[in-house]
Amino acid sequence: MSEETTFFLDGEPIPFTAGQTILQAAHAAGRYIPHLCWHPDYKPHGSCRLCTVSIGGRSVPACATQASEGLEVANRTPELDDARRMLLQMLFVEGNHFCPSCEKSGQCLLQATAYELGMMGPHFDHFYPNRPVDASHPDVLLDFNRCILCSLCEQASARDGKFVFVMGGRGMRGRKVIINSASGRLADTDFALTDRAANVCPVGVILKKRVGFSVPYGQRRYDRAPVSVAQAQEASRE
Amino acid sequence: MDPLDVIDRALAHHHHDGTRLMQILRETQEVLGWLAPETITRIAEGVGWPRAKVEATAAFYSFFHLRPRGDYCLLWSDNIVDQMAGSQALMQRLCEALWLEPGRLSEDGLAFVHTTSDIGMGDQGPALLVNYRTMTRMTPERVDAMAELIRNRAPLASWPAEWFRVEDNLRRTGPLLGEAFAPGTALSAAWARGPEAQLAEIAAAGLRGRGGAGFPTARKWQACRDAPLEAGQTRVVVCNADEGEPGTFKDRVLLNSYADLVFEGMTIAAFTIGARRGFVYLRGEYRYLLEALEATLQRRREQGLLGNGILGRDGFDFDIEIHLGAGAYVCGEESALIESLEGKPGRPRLRPPFPVTKGYLGQPTIVNNVETFACVCRIAEKGAAWFAAIGTAQSTGSKLLSVSGDVAHPGVYEYPFGVSVAEVLEAAGVRNCVQGVQVSGPSGTTLTGEELGRRLCFEDVPTAGALMVFDCTRDMFEVARNFAHFFAHESCGFCTPCRVGTQINARLMDKIAAGRGSQYDLQELPRLHRLLAGTAHCGLGHSAGNPIFETLTKFRPAYERRLKSSDFAPAFDLDAELSQARQMTGREDRAAHLVEE
Ligand code: SF4
Ligand code: SF4
Ligand code: FES
Repeated sequence: MSEETTFFLDGEPIPFTAGQTILQAAHAAGRYIPHLCWHPDYKPHGSCRLCTVSIGGRSVPACATQASEGLEVANRTPELDDARRMLLQMLFVEGNHFCPSCEKSGQCLLQATAYELGMMGPHFDHFYPNRPVDASHPDVLLDFNRCILCSLCEQASARDGKFVFVMGGRGMRGRKVIINSASGRLADTDFALTDRAANVCPVGVILKKRVGFSVPYGQRRYDRAPVSVAQAQEASRE
Repeated sequence: MDPLDVIDRALAHHHHDGTRLMQILRETQEVLGWLAPETITRIAEGVGWPRAKVEATAAFYSFFHLRPRGDYCLLWSDNIVDQMAGSQALMQRLCEALWLEPGRLSEDGLAFVHTTSDIGMGDQGPALLVNYRTMTRMTPERVDAMAELIRNRAPLASWPAEWFRVEDNLRRTGPLLGEAFAPGTALSAAWARGPEAQLAEIAAAGLRGRGGAGFPTARKWQACRDAPLEAGQTRVVVCNADEGEPGTFKDRVLLNSYADLVFEGMTIAAFTIGARRGFVYLRGEYRYLLEALEATLQRRREQGLLGNGILGRDGFDFDIEIHLGAGAYVCGEESALIESLEGKPGRPRLRPPFPVTKGYLGQPTIVNNVETFACVCRIAEKGAAWFAAIGTAQSTGSKLLSVSGDVAHPGVYEYPFGVSVAEVLEAAGVRNCVQGVQVSGPSGTTLTGEELGRRLCFEDVPTAGALMVFDCTRDMFEVARNFAHFFAHESCGFCTPCRVGTQINARLMDKIAAGRGSQYDLQELPRLHRLLAGTAHCGLGHSAGNPIFETLTKFRPAYERRLKSSDFAPAFDLDAELSQARQMTGREDRAAHLVEE
């Protein structure tokens, strides 16, 4: 009886344990599959579709697909990366992303992934949605212009037992993060800087006040190494 | 009545059960008109959910209103077939008579007029919902009279009953609907057979789901029957009556005139898989059917055909509840439907697990189409051999077809599978030459006039049962543009490709319609289609690009004749952008315009 369980990611063997998803196992092995809405601490959400990989010609989300023995998974093929670039472009034009002036620049997963995949421009016409910011809370600013609807704040806040953020609404205009107060303002919730949800946003929506730019541009997480390398390093430290 | 009493009554009616949130919201809104922030807070306390979760559900469905919608909320069906019958001009006329703009509540809070995706009345449009009651066959005269009644604040009950009449328009019956049915006979036959033999009978009949995908019914049931139960669980039977595909309305006829066939089919399913609980997920647009369906359920309980000890047999317990939807096409997807049944936004689940093992509240659940249950009932009554002899080898039995558009006799037709499109159209009476036929609604297939010899069956053109007919005077580009907007409106917004891609599709189609399109835009459309088909989370996204791709392939001139000749044209018009500046400065002279060389 063999203990070895492996699948193949672009031909390279990846070990996994029963119940692990393709993305989980790849991440643990220090292999990069592009992703935005997945986070090792939370349940897969499956919404960004950046992690789309191909198995026998069929596209599936790596974050929500179980690994199985001997599986041949195509990941960084030109076709898949093309599709990923298009998805990134969609996310950029759907919101309002002004990277050069964004506090999160350099540590934003969306921006870093766009660099990783060589996205050179937005391609589609911008939507310029009207998404008001919420500066009501003493310690935290919410700038939904950059929200990619990944649900990580919802999951983290559920873990906090507070349900401050809940994904609601429908469609491009309607779908958004709903704040758990009658006024819809963060100040009217029990949200605190110490909450798990305060640190989970992969882009620049949930921002701490008064610490902006404390790490200068050029020295930030993804300034030092591209996301594929940075994540592999982080995974090996875990 | 005091708003608090209204809310508390709805809460009590549903035992403060959060999984019944949709019904609580609806019953509250039916009396209060909309869901105010205080209402949401109260309901959240009442069901013990975080407030934001209640708001998230309310915000998901088109028919729940978090802002006032006035005393009269008038929603015109925006199906392309309603548009062809003149709905847009009628809506405009109504707005002018009431002095208001579509999509904006009148200043005095009297009325709100807007469009809604489709209300299942393609055979008797233009149709609309007035405070969620269906009105059919609108005319300019009716619109004028209606505006008068609204201005006088006449209660709906005093409006002419004729306006609310919905016809079955059942034009041709066959093995499924042709014969009378005596409630209980099919169930008794199934009982005599026993569950295993009944399942084998369904398998031998070759029954495939009537919702369009055509999955073998027996295989789905077997998987559910084999799924292990945890303590306190039961198996669940769900009838998908969310008939939201524009152009389809055959389930409406089944529920209106053949509800016994459907309910009995569900009960046979329950007996076969060992389920104690059943739901009919009725689309919100069919709200008008609710009371009659409840009455039929009650009669069946009294006849011993539902409830505890069905047919006098100890331990044969099963009952059916009706769950009303609230205007969300995506709930037709079975896992989204189950989320909705649990009181949540109708977002398709990640799979596995599949509903047959973990569905409603984690219990093994089968979800089948209304027509599938009616077929089950007839198979139990008449046997597999009888059923299997009808139709084709891969598609046994008959199919109900909703025919609408440019035909003399729109309505529902029953034909054995394998019938040609031409034969159906002949019966329906085509007036003009046929340019195109949309099969199975926007997410289906577009056939050209040359393809009418094709057969409706899983071997050739599979169908959920809709044929929308477009004669030679119609603009197939506008048909596709209507569908593009439909998907942009109905995307649940969960996944990136569908949420954003359907919007880009709709914008590109508008750009082309405005005469600003180029070859470049025509190349974008198939690219978007491929992305959606390859990366979206559920069937809605996978098929959202279909109608554009198909019309672009088969009716390309309809697109090309609108293009500017250039390779690329921007979506914005520089001169038009200056219009505000001109308005503010009061200038209209030549120098205030940017003129293209
Ligand atoms: S606020 Fe941040 S964490 Fe929450 S959904 Fe938006 S992008 Fe994700
Ligand atoms: S494909 Fe569309 S409808 Fe389906 S999950 Fe994605 S956004 Fe929702
Ligand atoms: S990471 Fe898998 S869909 Fe977002």
